[in-house]
Amino acid sequence: MSMGLLRLLRGKKASAPVARERLQILLAHERGMRGQPDLLGVLREEILAVVSKHVTLDPTKVIVRLERGDEVSTLEVDIEVPNDIERKKAAVA
Amino acid sequence: MSKVLVVTSGKGGVGKTTTTAALGAALAQRGDKVVVVDFDVGLRNLDLVMGAERRVVFDLINVVQGVAKLPQALIRDKRLENLWLLPASQTRDKDALTEEGVGKVIDDLRGRFDWVICDSPAGIERGASMAMRFADEAVIVTNPEVSSVRDSDRIIGMLDSKTVRAEKGERVEKHILITRYDASRAARGEMLTIDDILEILATPLLGIIPESQDVLKASNVGTPVTLSNADGAPARAYMDAARRLCGDTVPMQVPAERKRFMDRLLRRRAA
Repeated sequence: MSMGLLRLLRGKKASAPVARERLQILLAHERGMRGQPDLLGVLREEILAVVSKHVTLDPTKVIVRLERGDEVSTLEVDIEVPNDIERKKAAVA
Repeated sequence: MSKVLVVTSGKGGVGKTTTTAALGAALAQRGDKVVVVDFDVGLRNLDLVMGAERRVVFDLINVVQGVAKLPQALIRDKRLENLWLLPASQTRDKDALTEEGVGKVIDDLRGRFDWVICDSPAGIERGASMAMRFADEAVIVTNPEVSSVRDSDRIIGMLDSKTVRAEKGERVEKHILITRYDASRAARGEMLTIDDILEILATPLLGIIPESQDVLKASNVGTPVTLSNADGAPARAYMDAARRLCGDTVPMQVPAERKRFMDRLLRRRAA
């Protein structure tokens, strides 16, 4: 049975319009970003610098994520701090 | 007057090398003197698609580095006497493509040919930027598929900012060539339409190459598709695209759907 007929029977929508819309939104964003500094990279570096002033941390254990939503976007910064830091500090003091 | 044309896409596997060979042959069949240049250093394939893989002695990097003279590295096509190939190197480092060296080779080629067609590697690294660097015109090969369209948009941005012409405040004339177009999938609404792609990329259309067995068969035997099956739909589409590159006005043929029995029965119309 042809795919067209299957879609007709199941009432599924064509996927091409979805592709078109996703691309339009994405490219509008990417064109705006072109030539701009890499925001996530800059944020990561600066956050790392601030936190490193106070605790020793592994740069590979710092994860910065950006989730873009329709209304708001969320920026998630995940820093893994070793557990023995407080103890070490106490020992030094 | 000589023209430097880059065939580019960003994404791999969309048909850049096939297109370079086909357009090169089509322009040569029209009587122009053409050289196709492979910029895919380390992963050359234009020689294979052109059927010249056993005749490569020197390559682009040998010429850039002065190891060989340009005429020593140029390979003349066995079928078309005004079609030539400048192969890429298979082994050397792609950093050997210096801007100055490539610029000199392109200048030299401009003096010898009507068309210098540069086959870009995929990606946006050095090989790709060198392939487009000296271009007057660009053919952006795009498949009707989201990742290809996105990468084409990125490449268009580079053509508008990173080429010699762009830096001089001039324009690189850009054309979209849609390849692997499947009319029946488009009719079922499963594939981005031509209009969608052109609207999103805001760039004029050079041609539509239908998905076809002819293309694979042509590369199997090492013959540009315009020569291997000149009457086939892809060959005709490439010939038309070549005529448009030369400034002719040719009506655009949108590949027609081969209607299936069930579809005919249900009299389904294009979505």
